[in-house]
Amino acid sequence: MATLTFKGGVHPYDGKELSKDKAIVPYQPKGDLIYPVSQHIGAPAAPVVAKGDRVLVGQKIAEAGGFVSSPIYASVSGTVKAIEPHFVSTGAKVNAIVVENDGLYEEAPGLSIKPFEEMSRDDIIGIIKESGVVGMGGAGFPTHVKLSPKDPDKIDYVLVNCAECEPYLTSDYRLMVERPEKVVGGLKVVLELFGNAQGCICIEDNKPEAIKIMQKACENETRIQVKVLKTKYPQGAERMLIHAVTGRDLNSTMLPADLGCVVDNCDTITSIYDAVILGKPLISRVVTISGEAVAEPSNFECRMGTNVAELIEAAGGFKTEAKKVISGGPMMGFAMFDLEVPTTKTTSAVTCLAADAVSESPTTACINCGRCVAACDEGLIPARLAQFSEKFDLETFQKWHGMECVECGCCSYVCPAKRPLAQMIKNVRRMVMANRKK
Amino acid sequence: MSDLRKVSSSPHIRDKATSSNIMRDVAIALLPAAVFGVVHFGMNALIVLLVTVAVCVATEYIYEKLMHKPVTVGDFSAVVTGLLLGMNLPCSAPWWMAALGSVFAILVVKQLFGGLGQNFMNPALGGRCFLMISFAGRMTNYAYDTFTGATPLAVLREGESAGVDVLQMVIGNTAGMIGETSVIAILIGAAYLLWRGVIDLRIPGTYLVTFAVFMLLFGGHGFDGTYLAAQLAGGGLMLGAWFMATDYVTSPITPAGQIVYGVILGILTGIFRCFGASPEGVSYAIIFSNLLVPLIERFTIPMAFGKVKVKGGNRS
Repeated sequence: MATLTFKGGVHPYDGKELSKDKAIVPYQPKGDLIYPVSQHIGAPAAPVVAKGDRVLVGQKIAEAGGFVSSPIYASVSGTVKAIEPHFVSTGAKVNAIVVENDGLYEEAPGLSIKPFEEMSRDDIIGIIKESGVVGMGGAGFPTHVKLSPKDPDKIDYVLVNCAECEPYLTSDYRLMVERPEKVVGGLKVVLELFGNAQGCICIEDNKPEAIKIMQKACENETRIQVKVLKTKYPQGAERMLIHAVTGRDLNSTMLPADLGCVVDNCDTITSIYDAVILGKPLISRVVTISGEAVAEPSNFECRMGTNVAELIEAAGGFKTEAKKVISGGPMMGFAMFDLEVPTTKTTSAVTCLAADAVSESPTTACINCGRCVAACDEGLIPARLAQFSEKFDLETFQKWHGMECVECGCCSYVCPAKRPLAQMIKNVRRMVMANRKK
Repeated sequence: MSDLRKVSSSPHIRDKATSSNIMRDVAIALLPAAVFGVVHFGMNALIVLLVTVAVCVATEYIYEKLMHKPVTVGDFSAVVTGLLLGMNLPCSAPWWMAALGSVFAILVVKQLFGGLGQNFMNPALGGRCFLMISFAGRMTNYAYDTFTGATPLAVLREGESAGVDVLQMVIGNTAGMIGETSVIAILIGAAYLLWRGVIDLRIPGTYLVTFAVFMLLFGGHGFDGTYLAAQLAGGGLMLGAWFMATDYVTSPITPAGQIVYGVILGILTGIFRCFGASPEGVSYAIIFSNLLVPLIERFTIPMAFGKVKVKGGNRS
């Protein structure tokens, strides 16, 4: 069988050996927990607690603010200290519920669930919605929305995105190695919703151990297969994953469901399992703390809302100066100006780089070498798009398909002139999107 | 909040390749042909090459200093231009002519249009054509050592293909410009560039194939293998196809555009060589095609991933 892959892409140093053999360790937060009300795409959640209230582990503290939204649960027991705007890892200031941890971890009753066999389709989606599960790979799109396409019978693929193509990240890898039954179990829940679908657990071939374990875990599953993908960034991008596994091509005007696909991240799938089978709302996730600047790279089972600076301390702190600390991986993550921010549902990693390639490599003139073209998985001409961006030529930008960019960053990565192509393209994309909303 | 951390837009890592590494690779790849030229044509060839490289670098340095621009001579692009220009001159060229061509190439063709990445025409070829028009006699004086004969292409033009020795042309043991005679030396350099990933086969491949097909159809010699081989090995074709047509700045960036560009180059070179006044045609074909690049790109915008071509052109 030919290895599944896509055209374009890059091969950055993956840094996974730093943390791939570190087992998941539960981390108990010490400081205050901060829960931003926007940890997902869609309407912000509405707080249902007030200052001074006592909350328990797994108690709902904010209600979904609409269909495309998601509720938020307390991950510790303690007292609501404040509801006030707080910086998050993206640099934005978001209204947040601050809870003072009393260290007792007193639990609220779980979600009320029926035995799985008795659940209807609506029951399953209802519990997923109620438990606050969103796409935990980074986008944070509410999962119940993804699982409610117009015609569920047309879905023939449910893909579990375990590619983990971002350098340094090992949270999905550890989940597969340590909790394969949850990955398979979560996928079986989703397959229950789509009678005609085949389940695929998609793993890059640089994780042979995980492939072996997952293959063993779904030995007796007739509807589940492990798909081995060629290791290349951005294999875990939704469009590239669908292309590699099914040969179908998605563009910006479509949703995966239009091509009969549902794609969920590995951590999302295990959260679905926790919610539907165990009745546990989403209050924790696996976060990789890694990078050359960290003393002991780790994978933590981290309660949502834990302070990032505290997590880095838990990983032994910095052994050298961290020139850049990133929420997520180095290709698509957000550099943080301050570490006093909370982890959220979409924080898959904190990457602490000992060198800052961006400020260390001065930008020179574009020599038209075409490396960005070869690297672009969307078949675009990033060098030209960046030129149109410099001139704010929105019309030509769109004519050259600029809106198809998925902002994977391959163009900036390969550019020998060190031009911030992805950034320039992102800027114009934001402008076009803002204009469309008008 | 005094010690805020450094932020930037993603991605936060960069590949090791830099523009100067790429240019240095091109300079290295030119060396076999340049060294062959010096060995074959003698001391004056070395002087010509040294003058063009030195004057190109100096012109760039002085201009950028005077204009208070950042000095970019460290990026090797002026070195490459100088080397290419020198390799496109006859060994009999006087030093002042080499110097004049270099100043024209860097100052007029490159810097006045905005420097690296902005020139619309290959600077080395711009310099060569400037000299060709200004000093036609000296530029076509291929005499070296005691040899005063014509170039193989001129011989071909006069009569039959029997007059040329293709093997000697492949080795480079013929009259011509300093760096263009040895097919072997040029191909060694080209292989190095292909191996390093600096160039791909799209432009040189389509260029050479199109040219060969054109000559078969319109060369007037039918399926004469010797004639075809001599046309491919002769003149500036090899140097042009592998080192000048592939110049990043002056060739299209769209993959389909590179194919179109190669085809146009092949046809133009064929027309110039078959029907033009001079047996040579490569440099004019390249600089003419350079001018078509923006147009070629406009008509070869690739389809984005997952997009289907609709009637009436590429609309998003």
